[in-house]
Amino acid sequence: MSGFGNAFSSSIGKKFIMGITGLFLILFLIVHCGINALIFISDGGLTFNVGAHFMATNWIIRAGEIALFIGLLAHIFQALRLTLQNQKARPVKYAVNDGKANSKWYSRSMGLLGTLLLIFLVVHLKDFWVVSRFTGIPTVDANGHEDLYAVMKEKFQDPVRVAVYILAMFSLCYHLLHGFASAFQTLGWNHSKYNGIIKGAGVWYSIIISILFAAMPIAVYFGLIQ
Amino acid sequence: MSTGNMNLTLKVWRQKNNNTKGALVDYKLADISPDMSFLEMFDVLNEQLINKGEEPVVFDHDCREGICGMCSMFINGRPHGPKDLVTTCQLHMRSFKDGDTIVVEPWRAAAFPVIKDLTVDRSAFDRVIAAGGFISVNTGNAQDANNLPIPKMQADAAFEAAACIGCGACVATCKNASAMLFVSAKISQLALLPQGQPERYRRVQSMVAQMDAEGFGNCTNTGACEAECPKGISLENIARMNRDFASAKFISEETI
Repeated sequence: MSGFGNAFSSSIGKKFIMGITGLFLILFLIVHCGINALIFISDGGLTFNVGAHFMATNWIIRAGEIALFIGLLAHIFQALRLTLQNQKARPVKYAVNDGKANSKWYSRSMGLLGTLLLIFLVVHLKDFWVVSRFTGIPTVDANGHEDLYAVMKEKFQDPVRVAVYILAMFSLCYHLLHGFASAFQTLGWNHSKYNGIIKGAGVWYSIIISILFAAMPIAVYFGLIQ
Repeated sequence: MSTGNMNLTLKVWRQKNNNTKGALVDYKLADISPDMSFLEMFDVLNEQLINKGEEPVVFDHDCREGICGMCSMFINGRPHGPKDLVTTCQLHMRSFKDGDTIVVEPWRAAAFPVIKDLTVDRSAFDRVIAAGGFISVNTGNAQDANNLPIPKMQADAAFEAAACIGCGACVATCKNASAMLFVSAKISQLALLPQGQPERYRRVQSMVAQMDAEGFGNCTNTGACEAECPKGISLENIARMNRDFASAKFISEETI
């Protein structure tokens, strides 16, 4: 990378990595949420299982999955480095600091929200990703596809798990509420003609994605879908 | 000085020097006028301390007109106190209530070491400016304004960036002690004008490198700096700096 100098090791370069990987993860969530929302068709999970089968077998998706993990790890690793640096930048804390007077609590709590999401992600990957990729889905549906929907139905009978998923979606919502617009600002996209659209899209995106995701365990638990 | 009717409890950070630990010390003040500025209230406190044979509180101040950027003070958890768009010298005691307890701390950042009490060393800002916040050509005398080939919008944006007085409130309030608002204002005031163009991409790289070397934190876009800036410097400047930085690193053929 001769010639690029300290492009990615400088403070702004590190933030570029946060912003780019953040936007990548935002795009991923649209795909993830869209396919999962197929359960709301309420056809016994047949359509959802077609989607899941495609995601599990298509090689472009599988390659994308590797990119996704790299992006996610880069986002986490970079956040850790930045957080440690930021703590060093203020070794003596204020006795009184009125943060709420000048900024939103969630913009100051991205590290905490992100850590909660990471803990959730470990649970979530163990619940579904490990099952579908490694230990195997036990049953098949009427179309002969692996019945991931049956796994989902079984997992979401546990009220504790449902509660954990719902709480995690609150973390996700607030993390995105700051992260969405913040990524654009970091990448330099602050423009009077677009700021309103970016802010608005960020708020709608965060709320819709989080509610859709949270609705899935709720709908399964209360038997609202078949 | 006119006496008033306000009784206050101050909790003031006292620290001998950067090598010793500091602590908040309580002081009672009586008969403070609501018309006094916050710094005049400190003058009263210091008179009392001197009369008692104690060391007065050391704090930065200069013009007391709100234009020099010298006064600092982190008051009740906010730089320059509770009012928007003012420096501490332009904050008046009428913004507080009789019987209030007011906590006063210095700017806290690794890059701003405490010199004594409420005074911190802000020369890190000078070194960031020295790294590139200038133009290397003589621009001559001021021309007739109508001869300047600079659109009004552009000139206004440059002027707004140039309003930065380098007080350090952005660093003080930022949860990461980041200097991005200051540095971006100093870059933007030149990047927006034709005279600043020849060194534009070299400047942004040098100044950002110096900012990092000084030990300021990283920006997380909370917007606290913009909210607390006494001169209303906009976050647009940070986005412009980031754009220029990306252009300098990935498009410009000049490397630093």
